[in-house]
Amino acid sequence: MLDVAVIRFPGSNCDEDALRAAEGAGAAARFVWHREASLGGADAVILPGGFSYGDYLRSGAIARFSPVMAAVRDHAAAGGPVLGICNGFQVLCECGLLPGALIRNAGLAFQSRPVDVRVETTATPFTSAYQAGQVLRLPVAHGDGRYVASTEVVAQLAAEGRILLRYVRGGMPDAPANPNGSLDDIAGVINAAGNVAGMMPHPERVVDPRFGRPDGAGFFASLAAWAPTPA
Amino acid sequence: MSYRIHVRVLPRTGLLDPQGQAVEHALTALGFAGAGNVHVGKAITLDLEAESREDALATATRMCDTLLANPVTEDYTLEVAG
Repeated sequence: MLDVAVIRFPGSNCDEDALRAAEGAGAAARFVWHREASLGGADAVILPGGFSYGDYLRSGAIARFSPVMAAVRDHAAAGGPVLGICNGFQVLCECGLLPGALIRNAGLAFQSRPVDVRVETTATPFTSAYQAGQVLRLPVAHGDGRYVASTEVVAQLAAEGRILLRYVRGGMPDAPANPNGSLDDIAGVINAAGNVAGMMPHPERVVDPRFGRPDGAGFFASLAAWAPTPA
Repeated sequence: MSYRIHVRVLPRTGLLDPQGQAVEHALTALGFAGAGNVHVGKAITLDLEAESREDALATATRMCDTLLANPVTEDYTLEVAG
C-alpha cells in the first residue's frame, strides 16, 4: 500500500481533506509536521492547500524554508512523487522544484468557485487514471493563482508536455475560462523529471459523490496506483 | 557596526500589475489628473550588523535574492544607511 505523507505547515487548511482523499483512494496516509526533518520513508508527498505562514511576504515564500522541505527536496530528487495543491503549488514554485511563480489574480478578487480544467497529460503519477483531454470540474479557492513564467519557460512546458491542466470554458458559459489570468490558461504544471507537480484547483474537495461529481478522485487514484520504476 | 537596510520590491516591469492599475484608476477617479504608471510593491527595512558598508550590502543582496524578492516576478532596489 502506498504510503503518503501530507505535510502540515502552520496555516495549512486542506490537510485533512487531502489525507482523507488519499485514504479513500486506497493509500495509507499520515500527517508530517513541517518541523520534521524526515518523511519517515513515505512513498509520496502531498503539500496541501491553505495559507502557510499567513502568506506573509509572498504565498509559499516562508514555508519553503521549513525543515521538512529539505526532506521533500531529497524525496523529489530520488524520483518520489510530490503533488502540491494550491498553496502547495505556490511552495513548490517558491522553492524552485517547479518553474514559474503564482501571483495575485489578474482581477484582484479572490476566486472561490468551481472551474473546468482539461487534463493535458496522463503520463504522470497524478493523472494516469484520467483520459487525455478529459474535462474535470474542480473547485478553486485562491487569491494568488496567476501562473507566470518567462515566455521561454512557458513554451518549453508546452513543448515538453509538462502542462498538467488548463482552464477551459465548460458548462458555465458566463464564467471566464481563466479565473486568474494565468499565462496560457495554465492550471497545473509538472517538472522535467515527471514526478513533481503543482495545481491550483482542489481535487481533494471533490472525491466523494455525496458532494457532487467526484472529479478530483482520479488524482488520488492515480497516486495510489503509482509504483516506482524498477531500477 | 549596525546598518539600516531599506529594500524596495516592485512587480517586474512589463508584468500585469492589477494592484497598480486599481490604484491608478482610483487616483484618476479622485481627480488626480496626470497620474500614470502606478505600481504597488512592498518596502522592507531591517537593521544589520556588519563589518563594513560593503559587507552589509553584500549580505542584504543575498537576503533579497533568497527570500525578500521573487526572481521570477519582482525587482528590488537596496539602500544601506547608517
